[in-house]
Amino acid sequence: MSSFTTRADAALADPILKIAVERTAGTAQAKRAIAIDAFPDFEAARTRAAAIKDHVIAHLGPYLEQFEANAIAAGAQVHWAQTADEACRIVIAICKAANAKTVARSKSMLGEEIGLPHALEEAGIGRVETDLAEHIIQLADERPSHIIWPAMHKTSEQVSALFKAKHRTPHEEETIAAMAQSARRELRGAMLGADVGISGANFLIADSGAVCTVTNEGNAELSLVPPRVHIVTAGIEKIVPSMPHAIHMLRMLARSATGAALTQYTTFYTGPKRPGDRDGPEEMHIVLVDNGRTKMREEGLAEMLRCIRCGACMNHCVVFRQIGGHAYGGTYPGPMGAVLTPALDGLAPNRDLAHACTLNGMCQQVCPVKIPLPTLLKGWREKSWREGLEPTSMRAGLSLWAWVATRPALYRLGTAIAIRAIRLLGRNGWIARLPLAGGWTRYRDLPKPAAQTFMNQYKQEQRK
Amino acid sequence: MTGQAGTRQVALFVTCLVDIMRPRIGFAAIRALEAAGCYVVVPQGQTCCGQPALNSGDRDHAVALAKQTIEALLPYEAIIVPSGSCAGTIRCHYPELFENDPAWLPRAQAIAAKTFEVMAYLDEVCGWKPDGVTLPATATYHDSCSGLRELGIKAQPRRLLDAIDGLSLTPLAAAETCCGFGGTFCVKYPAISNAIVGEKAAAIDATGADLLLAGDLGCLMNMAGKLHRDGSKVRAFHAIELIAGMGDGPAIGEEA
Repeated sequence: MSSFTTRADAALADPILKIAVERTAGTAQAKRAIAIDAFPDFEAARTRAAAIKDHVIAHLGPYLEQFEANAIAAGAQVHWAQTADEACRIVIAICKAANAKTVARSKSMLGEEIGLPHALEEAGIGRVETDLAEHIIQLADERPSHIIWPAMHKTSEQVSALFKAKHRTPHEEETIAAMAQSARRELRGAMLGADVGISGANFLIADSGAVCTVTNEGNAELSLVPPRVHIVTAGIEKIVPSMPHAIHMLRMLARSATGAALTQYTTFYTGPKRPGDRDGPEEMHIVLVDNGRTKMREEGLAEMLRCIRCGACMNHCVVFRQIGGHAYGGTYPGPMGAVLTPALDGLAPNRDLAHACTLNGMCQQVCPVKIPLPTLLKGWREKSWREGLEPTSMRAGLSLWAWVATRPALYRLGTAIAIRAIRLLGRNGWIARLPLAGGWTRYRDLPKPAAQTFMNQYKQEQRK
Repeated sequence: MTGQAGTRQVALFVTCLVDIMRPRIGFAAIRALEAAGCYVVVPQGQTCCGQPALNSGDRDHAVALAKQTIEALLPYEAIIVPSGSCAGTIRCHYPELFENDPAWLPRAQAIAAKTFEVMAYLDEVCGWKPDGVTLPATATYHDSCSGLRELGIKAQPRRLLDAIDGLSLTPLAAAETCCGFGGTFCVKYPAISNAIVGEKAAAIDATGADLLLAGDLGCLMNMAGKLHRDGSKVRAFHAIELIAGMGDGPAIGEEA
């Protein structure tokens, strides 16, 4: 796999990507700010949301068992998966038992995390992505670049060209509405004809066994109600105690994600079709997936399990805004992805993610559940240092500097000599090229240091 | 170690960057603190607060430098720092660093409680404003992230700058967005850092201001260095230089 730096460089060299990311993230940032300003005491609501999540994360076992009992009582079947592979095997087995030729999938990041699209393909089961952005991704044979706008790396102009190349009866008028109609013509029949509908879950409600999904397109409902079987794959951290808790989290989620008060479609699914119901699936299966979550809880990443996947951290991240989501290389991009990916895919191949952050704290400031993302990233940096994953040059440089800096007299002498040497490279107050600091001077000038350090000047003035 | 009766005796923690790159920020801090009635000392045992090690994951060296800094500064009534990020390291991160060290935790907490960013100290603790300082210029202000988010520094520098005769402040678009410095980030990921600071420099230029002000030399060097490379005429100062009446001297990158 390519390195983070290579992917980031490629992203920085792509002017269309920058336009696409700015359009969506910029709009989201502006709309979120308006929604938060209008929210009475958003700070208190964040504190409450964090407390709800901390409570369930600390008591995952009892709440999940309560959820299981209530879901079964409502007629659903509940499955437990320790790993991504196990979760996929369970889903494939259910599809095969239902003789499924095609499944309609409503966007789920957990599905991406466990590799479900690939697993369905390998099992020879047709997959129709019904979320508009996931549909675009499927047509382009790409991966999502954002957790709520999987196709945010594409401009509408690029999507138009893609639809014209791939849709059976594409749009003729160059408007967003006409493009949406084109996607609708393509997807509507596929949704209604699918044998199985697969979704994720935004929330699992413990005291009723209900599963909540949110969409703005209504594709979840159209993908999950007509087919004979509905399969939910959900991370175990999605649990909340009751409906009022889910409603509180929903208020935080929609505002933080898009700036809307609520999603267009917010649906609670409690069991399959009941006697007397006019429609609904005959079977409902809920696959509860751990995939490293209990380990995260035990190994200092419990706060990360608060995440409700709103995307605010990446929308407000200066690094994400420059390089987009694909450069991160994992399922989840941006600050939350930089914390999650080393936990899911290993630290060694992902150590760059923890470092490619200015620690400016904006992500934590906008997080609706107050995840201390910079602190967690620094935790990965520390682990990386401890495990010897940091480059030798960095280790040697920092160690030498610290050795000198813990000897103040030597430090005074060293800094006095260093600035004299550096000053020789300056012209008119600026240094345009500095050996060993090419990262700085490739793009910016370095002001020439003063002729004497503060400490030396101060000592001389004291003697006067 | 006692000052005159009725005066606040404070220790200046210069910070390694100011010590090496721009000493006049340290002298400006002393001048403003003295004007506000403080007696300023500069403890000799200080070097760097350890932030580069801390942010690189090198905990052992961060602890060693924190201990040295605590020992050098602990005897004083207050510790004043001309940098939001170094002050934030001492205030917010030293206690975390010694969380599981019962011998050092009380000392780390004690020093955290009495460490202040210089402009916040002048404004909030001393209740002081520059008096008789004149500088006819327009300036724009960038809020450095650590000062803003760890220490709540936003209104304090603006209140102090407002008291300078002739100086008018022009708002900077996205003033609370990171400039892309990020300590070692800017040299580890230079291309990403450049893209971020490029946007910041364009926003600064778009204000039409003569001067760029901020409270952290690292961010200022990053922004000023980019502005200079891009051929901009905007001149950059640490805000404390103007507040201390030293805004008529050389800007960052100008020969004295």
